[in-house]
Amino acid sequence: MRARGSAFRTGGLLLVGAGLALGPALWHPSYPLYVLTLTLVMGVAACGLNLTLGYGGQISLGHAAFMGIGAYAVAILGKRGGEFWPAWGAGIALATAAGIALGVPCLRVRTHYLALLTLAFNVIATLVMVNDEPLTGGPLGISNVPRPRVPGAPPDLALYYVTLAVAAAVAAGERALRASQFGRGLVALRENELRASTVGLSVVAYKVLAFALGAALAGAAGGLLAALTGYVDPTPYTVTQSFWLLLMVVIGGLGHSEGPWLGAAVLTALPEVLRGARNLYLVVFSLLSLALLLMAPGGLASLLAPRTPPLPRRGARLPDPEVPSRAS
Amino acid sequence: MLPQLLVSGIALGGVYALVALGFVLLWQTARTVNFAQGDFLTASAVGILVLSAHLPGLRMVAVLGGFLLAAVVLGAVFHRAVVAPLLGRGFLPLVMATLIVAGLIRILAADFWSPEPQPFPAVLPGGVLHVAGAVLPVRDLWTIGVTAGAVGLLSGLLRWTALGRAMRAVAQNRELARVLGIDAARVTLAAFVVNALLAALAAVLIAPLYYVTYDMGVELGLKAFYAAIIGGFNSLPGAVVGGVIVGVVETLSSAALAGQYRDAVVLVVLVALILWRPQGLLGAPEEEG
Repeated sequence: MRARGSAFRTGGLLLVGAGLALGPALWHPSYPLYVLTLTLVMGVAACGLNLTLGYGGQISLGHAAFMGIGAYAVAILGKRGGEFWPAWGAGIALATAAGIALGVPCLRVRTHYLALLTLAFNVIATLVMVNDEPLTGGPLGISNVPRPRVPGAPPDLALYYVTLAVAAAVAAGERALRASQFGRGLVALRENELRASTVGLSVVAYKVLAFALGAALAGAAGGLLAALTGYVDPTPYTVTQSFWLLLMVVIGGLGHSEGPWLGAAVLTALPEVLRGARNLYLVVFSLLSLALLLMAPGGLASLLAPRTPPLPRRGARLPDPEVPSRAS
Repeated sequence: MLPQLLVSGIALGGVYALVALGFVLLWQTARTVNFAQGDFLTASAVGILVLSAHLPGLRMVAVLGGFLLAAVVLGAVFHRAVVAPLLGRGFLPLVMATLIVAGLIRILAADFWSPEPQPFPAVLPGGVLHVAGAVLPVRDLWTIGVTAGAVGLLSGLLRWTALGRAMRAVAQNRELARVLGIDAARVTLAAFVVNALLAALAAVLIAPLYYVTYDMGVELGLKAFYAAIIGGFNSLPGAVVGGVIVGVVETLSSAALAGQYRDAVVLVVLVALILWRPQGLLGAPEEEG
């Protein structure tokens, strides 16, 4: 059963990968391509949140702020004549540093207090974006964000393939991480902090690293988002977006490798599909996502992979951390 | 000036406290954080406006009475359709469901009611009172009185009634309470109904101060969330104290500070409080989950 199941999954993954790699080269009207690129960008950000929350077990309501740091870095450095790549790298570095800076005080707190601390971080980040006009351009933001250039390719398609490459690297890295000692240690910590620390895991290092990694991926996604839309303004980096990312991860399946990608696909593409319903579409969309949650509280990925143990319920008897939850 | 600001701050904080009490009640009985809390308030304010617009000539008191009844029904429906199926299926799925409901309320209010701010009739008497040289708004004093009354009623309910005892038992240990024959599901339902009533009351108190907008609940819900967290999230008196702290800090900082980073002051105070006492001011540390 196990072999057949994993062959089925590998086949599915290959099919999706081939479709994503070849499809847009053959057929790429600009709007669907935009939505597809956006889906991948949000997938990268959600993947970061999945590392912090799904594996690390630390709730973050400030993930959009890390995206914002990545996005504004690209825009601000671009305005001063920087190219996309170095600016993108700088954005990721800054977001990672912010993740570490936020992760350290967050060691003191958990659950709602952690939720509030990260939320406060996001609110303050938004205030800086809105008010520090000389640096961020204020509510109007900054336009003419540089894009990664690929010789010979139309800019939309070039950005799409860059994003696809980043997403593929992130997905592969995430799988490797999951099977690594660090990944297993993270899950052990999520399951039971006390037990994990008694077998010698450094709680401090793991928790801060989980935050830093999540922030780095969000920063990378933010830089790509800025390049995709061509401008930055505070709107996509507020607490609302943080909640939105959380919803993606939960609907997709917390702690599953496929979860963030499925969640990003559903929550980014569904509104576009429903656009025909005019002003009812948000209502339909909300009801559909509610129905998804009610039908699959463990997320869509839990339907695909019933073997992976879901997050334990609060107060439930904890599974033995010696049995790591592995992808395959 | 200072006494007046303090009274206004406490009145505003009282409204936050009512919503924060709902957060604590739901956390205690259902282990969930209802992020639709602030939007319940919006729904209540909009509901009252719609009712009074469609039934002109009806006395405000009758509208309010009918509306409180509707709030009970809404609380029960929310529990039945969304909360009960997700209870015990993990912490985040239920929290996310409340977020979606919050968004749904906002969308429905914007699309089918009004995207523009609308005035709300004053329910409490206005005017000012001169006490020892200080000018105190009568409406704020009333708000404090009504809030105190509601908090008293809620404490009485929890302390002296069979339902209240059952609620406290479920809050302490849901499994054990069930073993002792307490219908935990019914208790949770009751908590959601009480919560909806608290939100409706808060709406009546705060809506006349500001205009009613479809997204007024976002800000209010967050402030109440702050209040519940300062108080410890598992303590009813803590929620009241937390509400008053948030209200007073907000009112004082908006009077004393100009500039764009005013909103950050409340948050910085909060973060300092949380890092200083991670279990909240009056909360007890909870067992490891």
